[in-house]
Amino acid sequence: MTINEIYEQLKEEYGDSIIELIENPPCDSSIIVKAESIFDICHTLRDKPGFEFDYLMCLSGLDLGENLSAVYHLYSMKHSHKVVLKTIVPKDNPKIPSVEKIWRTADWHEREAYDLIGIIFEGHHNLIRILCPYDWEGYPLRKDYKEPEYYHEMKVPY
Amino acid sequence: MGLLNKLNQPYEAGGIILGTFEDILNWGRARSDWYLHFGLACCAIEFMAMNASHFDFMRFGTIPRATPRQADFIMITGTVTLKMAERIKKLWEQMAEPKYCISVGSCANCGGPYWEHGYHVLKGVDRIIPVHVYVPGCPPRPEAFQDGMIKLQKMIKEEAIFRKRKKLEEETKIELSA
Amino acid sequence: MGEKKRIELDYSKIESDRMRLNVGPQHPSTHGVLRLEVELDGEIVTEVVPHIGYLHRCFEKHAEKMTYPQVIPYIDRMDYVTSMNNELPYVMAIEKMLGIEVPEKVQYIRVIMCELNRIASHQIAVATFGLDAGAFTPFLYFFRDREYILAIFEKASGARLLFNYFWIGGLAADVHPTFKEDVLAIVKQVRKTNKEIEDLLIYNKIFIERTANVGILPPDVAINYACSGPVLRGSGVKFDLRKNEPYSIYDRFDFDIPVGMGEVGTVGDCWDRNIVRMREMEQSCRIIEQAIEQMPNEGDVQEKLPKKIKPPKGDIYMRAENPKGDLGFYIVSNGTDKPERVKARGTSFVNLSVLPEISKGYMFADLILILGSIDIVLGEVDR
Ligand code: SF4
Repeated sequence: MTINEIYEQLKEEYGDSIIELIENPPCDSSIIVKAESIFDICHTLRDKPGFEFDYLMCLSGLDLGENLSAVYHLYSMKHSHKVVLKTIVPKDNPKIPSVEKIWRTADWHEREAYDLIGIIFEGHHNLIRILCPYDWEGYPLRKDYKEPEYYHEMKVPY
Repeated sequence: MGLLNKLNQPYEAGGIILGTFEDILNWGRARSDWYLHFGLACCAIEFMAMNASHFDFMRFGTIPRATPRQADFIMITGTVTLKMAERIKKLWEQMAEPKYCISVGSCANCGGPYWEHGYHVLKGVDRIIPVHVYVPGCPPRPEAFQDGMIKLQKMIKEEAIFRKRKKLEEETKIELSA
Repeated sequence: MGEKKRIELDYSKIESDRMRLNVGPQHPSTHGVLRLEVELDGEIVTEVVPHIGYLHRCFEKHAEKMTYPQVIPYIDRMDYVTSMNNELPYVMAIEKMLGIEVPEKVQYIRVIMCELNRIASHQIAVATFGLDAGAFTPFLYFFRDREYILAIFEKASGARLLFNYFWIGGLAADVHPTFKEDVLAIVKQVRKTNKEIEDLLIYNKIFIERTANVGILPPDVAINYACSGPVLRGSGVKFDLRKNEPYSIYDRFDFDIPVGMGEVGTVGDCWDRNIVRMREMEQSCRIIEQAIEQMPNEGDVQEKLPKKIKPPKGDIYMRAENPKGDLGFYIVSNGTDKPERVKARGTSFVNLSVLPEISKGYMFADLILILGSIDIVLGEVDR
């Protein structure tokens, strides 16, 4: 299935929740969806015959300046097709439903996105920091992040 | 080789070595150093190669120990992150005196490639524990590891144990006069 | 002296508390600085919680601050055992964005280097797995061979471990004149050693007893956890990006995908994951031989590029089959010479997340083996 067909079918089923399809060769095309319905869309994408996206390749968080964004790269082992989903949430209320229950692999990916970017995945069973120490402050991969002067009495900058 | 031939007649000429007790002690100490290996990152892979058949680190009289209590020196090979730093400090404090530290690789020396933007990297292990020998490189070649080991042995051999106070006095005198 | 009394124990009445044990981050057999929090019931593992991040070196932050070619050395340092393979998806992604076709000769050299590095990586994996099981000799044998492979890399790129050899649009330098003969000699040596290791380790009864039926990973769980590489193939799933989604020039070679078949135990146990690695080495040898035969002798190794590399605006996800599984790079370009964001989907990061799932119910000593059979590199887990 090409991404256009997937877009059409999703649009039929979810209507307004699917915002647009961005095509930009040679780069990847992607479907922008509303954050609230990401769980349902992902569920459909995994289980509906024809889609069967059983493999979550990557889940990344992005800082877009004003907004934050989460990007889902899905792959189907059976049909060997791919799709890219994007959601955009405002920085002051970065809440996205967790897809951890759909693909278990999303567990650590979501924790990482929370740790580095600060997206809050609602419904995640254990959303704590994963790479940085548990008492770390701030979200390092945000564009406006300033590294701390000291951490536990150790000087951080060179 | 002359010495070894005379082992049967220890009291004949040349069969006796004269030296200070300290020298002999240091000679022994320098050649049987056990180390606590602290492999952290890429440099540790080179260190694995170093322990294997081609380079054979053990011919320096070193044996890897898994516990700090039995180790004479610690080898920090790789990037020290802030999350890790406290552990290293704890391990260092658990080691028995006299203890030494070799810092291997640019990362352990000064932060290496991560010195500028590494918000989670400790820029040099010498910020938390004293370092006796620095081995530069990213990663250092196994030959450089060996060089670092020889440097440490040399240092141990020349160390003052009993004359410590005297030597210290001399050193401070020089410093003051200079 | 009184009469001796035999103590009768009623085991059903003994109460035992669960014990929480901390393994690592400094532990001789955790393959790096991984910390595991293990809950034990007697000697049975009931829960494993991995704590990672002890080697978090801020790769993604660095990638944002560097220009596109400058990112490559940091990519080397992610999975430091397989640097050549790491560079490939990144440079392919940028080349695709820029619309560059790399010269034929470069493609072949890249494939040969990647396969050599795959062998080197699997050698370390099997060697350390053997160490975990208590076999020291394979370690020495494999590291002896690995030095020959590293010698080739050194002649080509100047470095033993972290190469910075694949550049955008080509290679850093051409290979040395005796490259082909050197590589063929290595292939011969690898095959010889593998035969020895099979006798010494793989089909050794003690080794089989320890690794068969341990850490079984069913295929559906493997897919749900997005495992890849030998971990996925060990569970019997025939999936290899080199075949299923051929990139570079992998479609020109004839090779097989070894999968775990449960020869000595159940499909998806530690032994299966290990044997997949052993057999992949042989397949890599086959690819190398074919590539050496087809490789053109003449030709440039660097495409002409503008001084500043500025991919067009947009984002791309590119993945390639690393020795440990599929490594992906999600690159967002904003039209300048520095990337907006580079996210690396670390293979080991994803593969490690399955550890709590497959180690429950086994002995504590088996946990170390299961961890060894997943073959992680902490540099890639933490990045
Ligand atoms: S000095 Fe270089 S090789 Fe060593 S740990 Fe640091 S980055 Fe890795």
